[in-house]
Amino acid sequence: MHRKVPVQTTINGEPVEFLCEPRQSLLECLRDVIGLTGTKEGCNDGNCGACTVLMDGRIVNSCLVLGVEAQGAQITTVEGIARGNQLHPVQQAFLQNAALQCGFCTPGFIVAAKALLDQEPAPSEERIRLWLANNLCRCTGYDKIVRAVEQAAQELREVKA
Amino acid sequence: MSMATTVTKAETLVGRRLRRKEDPRLITGTATYVDDIQMPGMHYAAILRSPHAAARIRSLNVQPALDHPGVAAVFTGADVAGVGPVPCGASLPGLRVPAHSVLARDRVYFVGHPVAVVVATDRYVAADALDLIEVEYQPLPAVANPEKALEPGAPAVHPEWPDNLAFTYHQEGGEPDRAFAEADVVVRQRIISQRLIPTAMETRGVVADYRGAEKSLTIYSSTQIPHLMRSLVAQMLGLAENRLRVITPEVGGGFGSKLNVYAEEALMGFVAMKIGKPVKWIESRRENFQCTIHGRGHVDYYEIAARKDGAVLGLRLKLIQDLGAYHQLLTPAIPTLSVLMMPGLYKFRNVSADILGVFTNCVPTDAYRGAGRPEATHGVERMMDLLAAELRMDPAELRLLNFIGADEFPYATATGLSYDSGNYAEPLKKALDLVDYHRLREQQQQAKASGRLVGIGISTYGEICAFGPSPATPAGGWESATVKIEPSGAVTVMTGASPHGQGEETTFAQIAADELGVPIEDVIVVHGDTAIVQYGIGTFGSRGTAVGGPAVYYALQDLKAKILKFGELLLESSDVTFSGGVCTCNRTGKTVTLAQIAAASYRAMKLPPNTEPGLVATHFWEPPNFAFPFGAHIVVSEVDPETGQVEIKRYVAVDDCGKIINPLLVDGQVHGGVVQGLGQALFEQAVYDQDGQLVTGELMDYAVPKATMVPWIESDHTTTPSPVNPLGVKGVGEAGTIGCSPAVVNSVVDALGHLGVRHLDMPLTPEKLWKLIQAGGQA
Repeated sequence: MHRKVPVQTTINGEPVEFLCEPRQSLLECLRDVIGLTGTKEGCNDGNCGACTVLMDGRIVNSCLVLGVEAQGAQITTVEGIARGNQLHPVQQAFLQNAALQCGFCTPGFIVAAKALLDQEPAPSEERIRLWLANNLCRCTGYDKIVRAVEQAAQELREVKA
Repeated sequence: MSMATTVTKAETLVGRRLRRKEDPRLITGTATYVDDIQMPGMHYAAILRSPHAAARIRSLNVQPALDHPGVAAVFTGADVAGVGPVPCGASLPGLRVPAHSVLARDRVYFVGHPVAVVVATDRYVAADALDLIEVEYQPLPAVANPEKALEPGAPAVHPEWPDNLAFTYHQEGGEPDRAFAEADVVVRQRIISQRLIPTAMETRGVVADYRGAEKSLTIYSSTQIPHLMRSLVAQMLGLAENRLRVITPEVGGGFGSKLNVYAEEALMGFVAMKIGKPVKWIESRRENFQCTIHGRGHVDYYEIAARKDGAVLGLRLKLIQDLGAYHQLLTPAIPTLSVLMMPGLYKFRNVSADILGVFTNCVPTDAYRGAGRPEATHGVERMMDLLAAELRMDPAELRLLNFIGADEFPYATATGLSYDSGNYAEPLKKALDLVDYHRLREQQQQAKASGRLVGIGISTYGEICAFGPSPATPAGGWESATVKIEPSGAVTVMTGASPHGQGEETTFAQIAADELGVPIEDVIVVHGDTAIVQYGIGTFGSRGTAVGGPAVYYALQDLKAKILKFGELLLESSDVTFSGGVCTCNRTGKTVTLAQIAAASYRAMKLPPNTEPGLVATHFWEPPNFAFPFGAHIVVSEVDPETGQVEIKRYVAVDDCGKIINPLLVDGQVHGGVVQGLGQALFEQAVYDQDGQLVTGELMDYAVPKATMVPWIESDHTTTPSPVNPLGVKGVGEAGTIGCSPAVVNSVVDALGHLGVRHLDMPLTPEKLWKLIQAGGQA
């Protein structure tokens, strides 16, 4: 058993302090230590994207980040995408298009798609597919996911205009 | 922008593109999957697995692991001798069933074979302790290829059966020998349907919680079949069935891989009972690839007999099925489905098939999306293209010539099935129109003339689904539903089917809301808990809606009859109709609402004659037949001669799944199914080396399609209702996968046909095609 170290971080806008072993991944800290289980483990080796979170504005596979690396960082998980009961346009678009089936990969897709639209208001279909190529989905064939992200982008542009 | 989900009562909800009731919890990260369950005192299990495909276990010392701080217990094969074998539900004449204990005893049979389980206070501690177990293996020769396993002198997977044959199976119909003797043309081809890894995004996982004082065990498992699992695991553990509760939380995809009872479910139950604490085991992705069932694994030898004019006369098949080392729940039954569906949509009156079920030192194969039907469709659709090439006929014309006619249903096939309904030319014609086939052929000729490798591939598939009549299925083939109307009028539907992403919480609510005339928001659909839901069978084989749906429908009819009785009582009239959620007296126009009726039925101040209080109805529906969806897929592909890469330029899918309850959900099933088919056609293959090591052991090495690797899917439909059930539905979960792979391969063979290529085996990787093009078409 390794000595635990304290980590101070910000998760979904709230300051959070937790203890973890130095070898624990951010994914495990989120799920097992902090109790935010929306982020999923699909492979634990950086190949499926189910554990995607935002860290200081960049998307990361939280299974490949150590918990201690969250010190001083701003983390956003799927639980922090909606504002209270107000769904994010990406979530709305997933809902309207039924862009999910079993839902296991969905948190990763939603976080990744939000990150894309935060940076690029009008991504092409090709750009969306490339951006989401880090996230595996076995149910949907990606068709409706790509459509949902296109629709969310349009929605966000209309809100801003 | 917002799509209304509430509609006026006169409009039916069935048939509408409604959003899914499941989705709000899934898009906010608030759904509970098995790994999200935490309990006080929970322990964590890790499993030591064999690194060898075949070996004798000479010695096993677990003491160093037991001495590791935080380790609560270690169990080996000797400890679990009292746990029953991992069940095989399939039975075939003369089937050899190897003893399949939940942990290896003195020998291991495949890489990943479980050898010991460590239980610790922490996931990391359990993993650390695994490394401390001392095992001395004596490696033995292994065989990983089913054709090699059949050769004389091949290593015996199970020493007691040196021929490696688990079973042989013969089926024929008509007079195949005569058909082949009289044929003008016979075309032969060896066709491989390679091993695939199902790769649900959520791996398997089990939480087991034993309450000693109550003598009751609860197992949370990511499974497609909670009730069957309860029956089978109770048997394995020697528990009374009412002492075991199986809860299926949210399931992150199954595709058949969770249509099973695995060693770990019973093992975790055993562990929880031994240590008296809840225990969790979550499968790693590597374990998922090594130890959860694989799909396909066929080497097929086909022969097709035809007349000069293209009329097909006969079909012969020798099917070599790679079973792996053991039988999981349905392992040996899967290739028999291929045989049943080998005639496809065509008038083959004379067929013959022989299956050789072969043991290999690999993880077992079993049901993976389509389960036997993709292999059959791939075979017959490749053979139709080979025949078309031989006869220099257009592949679409050859198919239209040989289809079973729309006026011939129900159609008795040469393999003993009765196709329920169909109009096979219709989706093909629609798909041909959608791609503007004749113009497309002209464009293809122009492209080819300029050196481009453009191909057009057609696949017309039929499938057997909605499993199924009970006499034809290993467990019961029925499905159950209970509909409860609470005293307030709120409606709960409990389905024995156990949906896990298909969307039946929505489609069943649509059916119930229509029948009862209530808003869809007032209906909830409950499933996946054996302590709450009446016995059910589960979701697999495109049966959820096609068998579970009618059960809901009939339960609702029973309930409506009772509602009417209470309506008559309350309105003091015998001339009452129930419609739109209201009972109306046709003479006085007086009404009473469903909520008022519900309240009165539970209050029970007065009861109609021979009527019990309350509004609850349960129906177990036994289907009279399978349902047989069909369709046509057309693929336009282009091969890059410089790289060998296949680009899918267009993918058109016209599917006929009978009546559609929610087109939005059906689209999703088609898209997802097609992309799994594309995975097989172009990218995926489970590769074992000659020593039985799984080379494609993680997602780095096994190419699950990504968003960049797939096209848009153009999906359309024809609608031929099934007469088998009152909803007219057929099932659509597997159609895309079944229709896809031959369309893709036919298109690529077409693209390379001028080089003399007549057949290609999957996956059509760039390397394979590039080499072929470099060699001028000579493999």
